[in-house]
Amino acid sequence: MSKTLYERIGGEPAVNAAVDIFYRKVLNDPRINRFFDNVDMEKQAAKQKAFLTMAFGGPHSYTGQDMRTGHAHLVKMGLNDSHFDAVVEDLGATLVELNVPQELINEVVAICEPTRNDVLGR
Amino acid sequence: MYKLTIEEKTYSCQPDETVLDALLRGNVNISYACKKGTCHSCMVRSPDTVPPEAAQAGLKNTLKKRNHFLACLCHPEQDMVIKLPDQSEFYTEGTVVVNEMLNRNTLLLIIAFKDAFEFNAGQFVNLQRADGLTRSYSIANTPQESNTLEFHIRRLPGGRFSEWLHDEIKAGDTIAVSEPRGHCFYLPEKSEQGILLVGTGTGLAPLAGILTDALAQGHSGPIYLFHGSREVEDLYRIDEMRQLAEQHQNFHYIPCISSNHVPAGFSHGRANEVALATLTDLKGWRVFLCGHPEMVNQMKKMTFLKGAASADIYADAFLVTPT
Ligand SMILES: Cc1cc2nc3c(=O)[nH]c(=O)nc-3n(C[C@H](O)[C@H](O)[C@H](O)COP(=O)(O)OP(=O)(O)OC[C@H]3O[C@@H](n4cnc5c(N)ncnc54)[C@H](O)[C@@H]3O)c2cc1C
Ligand code: HEM
Ligand code: FES
Repeated sequence: MSKTLYERIGGEPAVNAAVDIFYRKVLNDPRINRFFDNVDMEKQAAKQKAFLTMAFGGPHSYTGQDMRTGHAHLVKMGLNDSHFDAVVEDLGATLVELNVPQELINEVVAICEPTRNDVLGR
Repeated sequence: MYKLTIEEKTYSCQPDETVLDALLRGNVNISYACKKGTCHSCMVRSPDTVPPEAAQAGLKNTLKKRNHFLACLCHPEQDMVIKLPDQSEFYTEGTVVVNEMLNRNTLLLIIAFKDAFEFNAGQFVNLQRADGLTRSYSIANTPQESNTLEFHIRRLPGGRFSEWLHDEIKAGDTIAVSEPRGHCFYLPEKSEQGILLVGTGTGLAPLAGILTDALAQGHSGPIYLFHGSREVEDLYRIDEMRQLAEQHQNFHYIPCISSNHVPAGFSHGRANEVALATLTDLKGWRVFLCGHPEMVNQMKKMTFLKGAASADIYADAFLVTPT
């Protein structure tokens, strides 16, 4: 049986390696950091792990509806396609920094894309 | 099959069940969301048992040390006593042995116990008055042979608990003290790591405990303490800290004053701002932040952006309960 993307990327240790790098990029990204102003760092670290696990095709139990409700307050703040693209871009840059091969990064991007409409509440 | 005990009740955990599922089956009111170790909302503690390693994956080291674990990841390996986060606390009676002023608005309170009081320096307890009014205060010393706990209490004008402690409590009075709580404390590992301590006002209390502990355990990396307040009269333990800095080459003490009247030997500015200007790269550092909630929350983010790993940032925000 062929390995899942999550396994090929390196599973939970890969998520742990990526979480600080990714979150630091997001907080430093003037395009999107205002969405993260009021979130508690510690709780956010756990949520970032959930996000990365999901993006890496790992085990998760979020539904499209969860993604809608989870980001609804951000949509009210003006969340749109450009912000979605910025997050995906920061994620890609994180993986480049961790020397993840480009084919795998493309797969990660492909996993994120179908969540776009749910995240943006459309 | 193992037994799970919460207060007086016991629950059975089937071989293929997690602690979370067993407790939910037993109608225990326990919070959870993801059931896979991500959200940490199902975190509980076992006072008497070291939890299985897998149930502590992803938790901060200080939480692991105090046997916290994720119920949704825990397949018990023995019977366990379990404490839920909001479970009613066990209080011990202590006797006030010292109450004197550290500065114009900060009271030093030392409470003695008959038996050993086990804690890690930097943790806090809840103090409770006879009428049930309860407030959190940080422990400022390390475990003593005399079984005493030291507290620094700032007078909040109109504050019900702090004014009561300042105005009415006398040596010889007894007071109810909870078990120690929180995970903002020093662990003797990576002793060459840099340590940054930032506190405002009585935020010095837990930091003083952490500092004493780190020095006693032979921490060899640089340790920087930034203690801040508006006016110099609101700082305290200045001479003691300066003396410590003379005795320990790796310890640096920077008292900070944010108002414009800054005597020689003090830095001008808020403690957090002075700290960030002094230490520009915090990669690999361990960070402890205590005191004003806004300062603490902002510094969590800033120290992280300056390179500290999120797992190395420990904080206690002194939240005041709004009335
Ligand atoms: C984990 C933790 C550790 C703590 N450790 C310490 C410690 O070591 N030492 C210490 O002194 N305190 C500490 N505190 C704060 C302490 O628990 C009490 O909140 C504080 O002493 C005030 O309680 P009170 O009953 O006197 O005031 P309350 O009667 O609870 O408050 C009076 C009123 O003042 C208002 N108020 C809020 N902030 C302010 C402000 N800055 N100035 C004026 N009024 C305000 C409140 O909304 C409230 O209505 C800690 C808090 C936490 C959560
Ligand atoms: C690529 C698609 C995205 C996915 C798969 C995703 C996934 C997630 C997940 C799983 C959570 C945690 C939910 C929870 O457990 O509560 C979350 C929370 C969050 N997401 Fe996203 N997300 C995406 C895009 C975005 C974008 C574009 C932004 C903003 C720029 C964003 C901002 C946030 C914020 C701020 C939270 C925390 C909400 C809070 O705690 O208040 N996300 N996301
Ligand atoms: S339910 Fe989310 S960590 Fe256990």
